Amino acid sequence: MIYRETGQFKANYADDQALFPIAQDRYVIYAVLFATFAVVPMILNQYWLNAIILPFLIYSLAALGLNVLTGYCGQVSLGTGGFMAVGAFSIYKLMVAVPELGFITLVILSGIITAAVGALFGLPSLRIKGFYLAVATLASQFFLIWLFNKVGWFFNYNATGMITSPPMTIFGVLVTGPEATVTAKYFLVASIVAVFALVAKNLARGRFGRNWMAIRDMDIAAELIGVRPLIAKLSAFAVSSFYIGMAGALYFAVWLGSAEPTEAFDINQSFLVLFMIIIGGLGSVLGSFLGAGFLVLMPILLKNILVDGFGTDSALAAHIEIMTVGALIIIFLIVEPHGLARLWRIAKEKLRLWPFPY
Amino acid sequence: MSARQFGDTILEVNNISLSFGVMKVLDNISFDIKKGEIRSIIGPNGAGKSSMLNVINGFYHPQEGTITFKGETRKAMAPHVAASHGIARTFQNIALFKGMSTLDNIMTGRNLKMKTNIFWQALHLGPARKEELENREAAERIIDFLDIQAIRKKPVGKLPYGLQKRVELGRALAAEPELLLLDEPMAGMNSEEKEDMSRFIIDVNDEFGTTIALIEHDMGVVMDLSDRVVVLDYGKQLADGFPEEVRANQKVIDAYLGVPHE
Repeated sequence: MIYRETGQFKANYADDQALFPIAQDRYVIYAVLFATFAVVPMILNQYWLNAIILPFLIYSLAALGLNVLTGYCGQVSLGTGGFMAVGAFSIYKLMVAVPELGFITLVILSGIITAAVGALFGLPSLRIKGFYLAVATLASQFFLIWLFNKVGWFFNYNATGMITSPPMTIFGVLVTGPEATVTAKYFLVASIVAVFALVAKNLARGRFGRNWMAIRDMDIAAELIGVRPLIAKLSAFAVSSFYIGMAGALYFAVWLGSAEPTEAFDINQSFLVLFMIIIGGLGSVLGSFLGAGFLVLMPILLKNILVDGFGTDSALAAHIEIMTVGALIIIFLIVEPHGLARLWRIAKEKLRLWPFPY
Repeated sequence: MSARQFGDTILEVNNISLSFGVMKVLDNISFDIKKGEIRSIIGPNGAGKSSMLNVINGFYHPQEGTITFKGETRKAMAPHVAASHGIARTFQNIALFKGMSTLDNIMTGRNLKMKTNIFWQALHLGPARKEELENREAAERIIDFLDIQAIRKKPVGKLPYGLQKRVELGRALAAEPELLLLDEPMAGMNSEEKEDMSRFIIDVNDEFGTTIALIEHDMGVVMDLSDRVVVLDYGKQLADGFPEEVRANQKVIDAYLGVPHE
């Protein structure tokens, strides 16, 4: 009853191919956008914005990127952490060298640099698939982190090997560095994520998205109807790395402020983002957000309940958190391999009929 | 079916030999396909029929022989090049994109008709939007032709077998091919579904003028549909000719029924 399509007729293909063909979906999106830009920054305090919402948005961007590669194109990657590091170090070098270009341009530039690196490391995908490709991308993870630790040029030869983001402004408002307000950072990150979520959605519903999915579902048939595996796979690697690179850049420059490659971008990041898209839903833009939200929020929630509610020792709480994540991944793989996004779709189907059973 | 008249040769295979290691899969095969005809390739299991199709659309590269398509002679060609020259095919075991809807499968079949770059695609505006709509209309014409309007938004993995075969035909047609290769389009169908599929094949040939090369085991269907038939057995070419000639050929009868022991 609530979610009813009755009476929504489409008279042409343009309406049928709209981003959200169903009116209720459009209202939800408007509501979410309104909440993001008007309600959330008003009602949530600095702690919430900084500790929960910012990482949620940045991880959503990274999850979107990995979802393009793994969810849409079917190429498993364990190099997410390494590619985030490429984005972070790119923006660091750019912020020091050419700050006059403006922060947004630099974020996009570091995405483009990461895209090039990603396409390079995507080359093995033309020959190998599945687990073997996963191992090859794992190699890129270790190689990139080693590179950023070893070669002084990347961190401008400072003694600690750490990179620290210098203060930069957009329209006169500080967005990086210790002086920047959380609200400014929030608006910046939320805008970038909103724009590129739309871009991901557009790519997914167009020719590129279909070719990626064709390669994922049946690569031989795809090739025989004219999809070039070289272009489809490398474009997926490039687009995916572009997103992950931007996420890495924001993660370092806006959220952390300073970073050390081994700690900030290690293999755990790769796994975390992979878990996000598995739990959220492979091949779904919404799923990327749900998965990121779930894995960012759940540890904090669990910790609050266990430590504050039951007085559990915080070390024990951390272990329980790891076990819960592991159990959830297994449960999702068995019960709902399409993740939270699929649950949402099932809920929508039910809502169409509610309160009637059929 | 009375013999129809055909003009130019669209495809000519010349002395094709293909082997995998010591296995000789195709041995010195030569035949031609004329523009607008329905040509069948038949033979017992393992005769090399599917390999022949794979050679034609560039998936296998033969060790010897040449293929002339639309006057262009070549030895080997990448599959996507064959596709861009106007060769489309369906598969013996359905090879649809199972996670995608019927409409998306057919739209993917039109990917070679779509040219806008990734930046317009990212915005989904201007030329990308226009192109998407134009191709959607073409895809809808095929959906109407095959009478699958009701399943256009359904994921194809969940469709029954007969419909999946139909969607696969639609995906091949979406490319507007000049030569359509059908690898056992009626395998595993009941007689009613076979009739439907036969009707679609004749209509495709009739309405779009598409040349069709067909592999099929149902002899009734083959003899009714085909203009000419080529027979393979163990990679060797047994016969080539009109259906009634082939049916009367002693070698073909022997291959299908076996030769009595002395």
